[in-house]
Amino acid sequence: MSTKYETVIGLEVHVQLNTDSKIFCGCSTEFGKEPNENTCPVCLGLPGTLPVLNKKAVDYAIMAGLALNCDIAEYSKFDRKNYFYPDLPKAYQISQFDLPVAEDGKIEIETDEGIFNIGVTRVHLEEDAGKLIHEGSIDKSKGSLVDYNRTGVPLIEIVSEPDMRTPAQARAYLTELKMIMEYLEISDCNMEEGSLRCDANVSLRPVGQEEFGTKAELKNMNSFSAVEKGLEYEVKRQREILEEGGEVVQETRTWDESLNKTISMRGKEEAHDYRYFPEPDLVPLEIDEAWKEEMRKEIPELPREKYKRFVSELGLPEYDAGVLTGEKDMAVFFEEVLKDYTDPKNLSNWMMGEFLRLLNENNHSPFESGVTPLNLAKMLKLIDQDVISGKIAKEVFEKMYNSGNDPETIVESEGLKQISDEDELENIVDGIIEANPDAVEDVQSGKDRAIGFLVGQVMKETRGKANPGLVNQMLRDKLMD
Amino acid sequence: MIDKKDVEYAAGLAQLKLDEEEKEKYTEQIGEILDYVDKLSELDTDDVVPTAYTVPMKNVLRKDEVQESLPREKSLANAPDKKDGQFRAPKIMSD
Amino acid sequence: MNIYDLTIHELKDKIAAGEMTPAEIKKAFADRINDVEDRVKSYITVTDELAENGLADYENKKDGLLAGIPIAVKDNMSTDGIKTSCASKMLKNYKPPYDATAVKKLNEAGAVIMGKTNMDEFAMGSSTENSAFFNTHNPWNLDRAPGGSSGGSAAAVAAGECAAALGSDTGGSIRQPASYCGVVGLKPTYGMVSRYGLVAFASSLDQIGPITKDVEDSAILMNVIAGHDPKDSTSIEGKKEDYTEYLKEDVSGMKIGIPEEYFNLDFDKDVKESVLSAVEKLKEAGAEVETVHMTDASYALAAYYVIAPAEASSNLARYDGVRYGLRSEHAADISEMFTNTRHEGFGDEVKRRIMIGTYALSSGYYDAYYLKAQKVRTLIKDDFDRIFNDFDLIITPTAPTTAIELGSNSDPLEMYYTDIFTVPINIAGVPAMSVPCGFDSKEMPIGLQLIGPHFGEGKIIQAAYTLEKLLDISNKRAEL
Repeated sequence: MSTKYETVIGLEVHVQLNTDSKIFCGCSTEFGKEPNENTCPVCLGLPGTLPVLNKKAVDYAIMAGLALNCDIAEYSKFDRKNYFYPDLPKAYQISQFDLPVAEDGKIEIETDEGIFNIGVTRVHLEEDAGKLIHEGSIDKSKGSLVDYNRTGVPLIEIVSEPDMRTPAQARAYLTELKMIMEYLEISDCNMEEGSLRCDANVSLRPVGQEEFGTKAELKNMNSFSAVEKGLEYEVKRQREILEEGGEVVQETRTWDESLNKTISMRGKEEAHDYRYFPEPDLVPLEIDEAWKEEMRKEIPELPREKYKRFVSELGLPEYDAGVLTGEKDMAVFFEEVLKDYTDPKNLSNWMMGEFLRLLNENNHSPFESGVTPLNLAKMLKLIDQDVISGKIAKEVFEKMYNSGNDPETIVESEGLKQISDEDELENIVDGIIEANPDAVEDVQSGKDRAIGFLVGQVMKETRGKANPGLVNQMLRDKLMD
Repeated sequence: MIDKKDVEYAAGLAQLKLDEEEKEKYTEQIGEILDYVDKLSELDTDDVVPTAYTVPMKNVLRKDEVQESLPREKSLANAPDKKDGQFRAPKIMSD
Repeated sequence: MNIYDLTIHELKDKIAAGEMTPAEIKKAFADRINDVEDRVKSYITVTDELAENGLADYENKKDGLLAGIPIAVKDNMSTDGIKTSCASKMLKNYKPPYDATAVKKLNEAGAVIMGKTNMDEFAMGSSTENSAFFNTHNPWNLDRAPGGSSGGSAAAVAAGECAAALGSDTGGSIRQPASYCGVVGLKPTYGMVSRYGLVAFASSLDQIGPITKDVEDSAILMNVIAGHDPKDSTSIEGKKEDYTEYLKEDVSGMKIGIPEEYFNLDFDKDVKESVLSAVEKLKEAGAEVETVHMTDASYALAAYYVIAPAEASSNLARYDGVRYGLRSEHAADISEMFTNTRHEGFGDEVKRRIMIGTYALSSGYYDAYYLKAQKVRTLIKDDFDRIFNDFDLIITPTAPTTAIELGSNSDPLEMYYTDIFTVPINIAGVPAMSVPCGFDSKEMPIGLQLIGPHFGEGKIIQAAYTLEKLLDISNKRAEL
């Protein structure tokens, strides 16, 4: 009988903080500069230089800790993590070892299988390393080129508990983290640019066994789908080994996107003896209640809370709430409109339909289009008040998007106002009745559907501007008395 | 007691190449020094808090303000080898 | 007296009185360097251009505390565009693109920087014999070592190759050479002088301080270099004083402790007698002197030889041949480049300390060595705090002997023992000064160490100034 295995996944996520200057020197953190343009004696690790801590980096780490429901350390300090690599100028990374800024938190995630709580072990601050480019391929290269622009950009490392049981959960956790960081506005969270990076520890154990199996550390997953695919591959690989009676080797493996598999970092494993000790060039951090409170005030309603509120208080379907809270600006825009408009579902339909379509087409974020929340509210009210039809509204909306004008002006100047005046419609309706005797007969013989055809003819004649409800009523009055 | 294997291990961590003679010499000398250091164990430190900072200070922080970086030529001026504005180092993997 | 024999304050007086010009002074010291440097060998680099620049800028800085005064700087302090080698092959051609804060302050005060002085490689040593380049000779006896690691700075001051110098002190590296060379050396309270630009040996112990011909010059130089620096997170705010205010001949009522455990150590008889006789003079001048009991200094030495190498092993890891300094030409890949560069670039003592430090921090040994040493550090610091609750100052010898013969000592542990009186001070982070207090039977200078509480530089200067007047030996110069 074959053993059933359970997957155990823990993630280590590095998030670049979007401060203006680096964590220990005044160099700019701007992405995309010429190599080594953002460097100075401190971040180059020149002899004699010393680090001075950027307060904003600490602020952001505290905010992240609070948002992940962690305990914030009253006393925290920095340590040196010693190892040699050409992208690490001091041959040690200033990081935090035993007293991180935040510990012991958790977040809630949701997948198709349900809702799960994932523990957050710790959040600590550290400095980023530089960028190494191999001349030619990594195997055949003659040398490597080093750019230290990224050296010293502040990072937080968020370490999860080994609480995830499927690659889908891991993806959901990572997505939730990214959303939280974006809501806090402390990181760009761009996986392609490397401002969000994810390593995973994966192991399998027989169901019911408490002890963890031997884990592999998975690196180089540079997108959300790569995380899920890499983990899926790794789970399958380990299961096959175990099912054949083999043993999983503890090692670091890298995800190769082009081969669609994980590869062992063949024997290049250095002994992980980092010789941590307290960084003598920095003094300790004491984070008191006042500082914590100040940071707590900076934290907006987070995506998961917002999602739940949109469902419970606004009565939105879960799907809508998920889409609207998936991006902070989308949610903010939505709530801005609701200050002047009262039907959340109707608004949600518009935002997820026309608005999202145009945003995607133009690669805009919600506040980059010509539509302001107030103008959207006005437009929805014009529909509700029968001033314009839903169909005309799409035309109006597109014009608002491109011009930035308010809907009244557009409706007025383009003559798009709905015709709700019976006198004005009288002649047109009479003309349609005269021109369609067959349909009239159908209506009069009780074929109710035929009335729709006649309404459609009137709409066509008025280029969509006639109030369809009124036309319907007028036709009934004229044909069925 | 430190032995040659310990010395080799530490040399590996410190990226120091030692020849046989140096290994022997350091094993002996470091052994003597550590013997001397062992006198620390004579002191009872069970309830003692370690001192990393002799003058107690905390929260030395700077504002998040961008300062001018070095001109790139200056950053690279001492580089033993450079190319296209980058530091050049030998390849990472051995053959 | 020759111009090169004069102190900072004497030179300042001469300039102020119009008796000398800065150009004449600079020339006198430059000539002196030409005369004696081949015998003393204090300097790794004589920075004539820098000195000329300083001189050319004299008019703009003539109100500066060191306007027109020739000063030497230890070669582990960064000087913009000027070789800063730390007496190591590793940095033989390294030119920093910035000035250390202490150097910047010298420049702002109008100093004329004469050169960068020899030292033990990366400040690791007690005789300057660990310089990768050459030995420095003690101006009082050229066969003897100047002490170390700031041996070049102390010898340059003693030989009249500069009016005063900056040194750095991690376990005695200012005070011990000052003692050997018969000059005044002050290690300030940890954090009083910015370490920014000082090439790190052991970050939690390193301090820059003045090496001068007399106590008054020490106070003047402290007024220039002390003070808060936003570039050094461990630099202290708001404790700087005008140290010249303490230049008073008065020790009446000052309470001085004499630690019995230090005087019971095995050390040179002449040194002991000379120090105790100086203490007697202070007593006669009104100081209250009492025997006190302190933790045996050998524990501090043991803790030091864990903490300093551990921090050094990390601080010196950056010398990997990638960005600056030496790169081995024999390297097929990065790993070989690292190990060969470090093999070729570091000297024996540096490698030894990196090895000790790496071992002490490595997995499984951290608690037994590093953590234990940090705890003992607490005990030593508490011990000093306890004494300073009741006493103003503590007096000990600076070193167990006078200057040793060059080439006489090759056993590392024995060499470490020469720091026994000075190391506890760095471990506790308190200030201490070595002042000349006499000569041994071979006419070699002896130094006395005055130790004060944190920020007690003023009291130290006051007692040292008084002692200097009582002994009347600060005018005595080495004959070359």
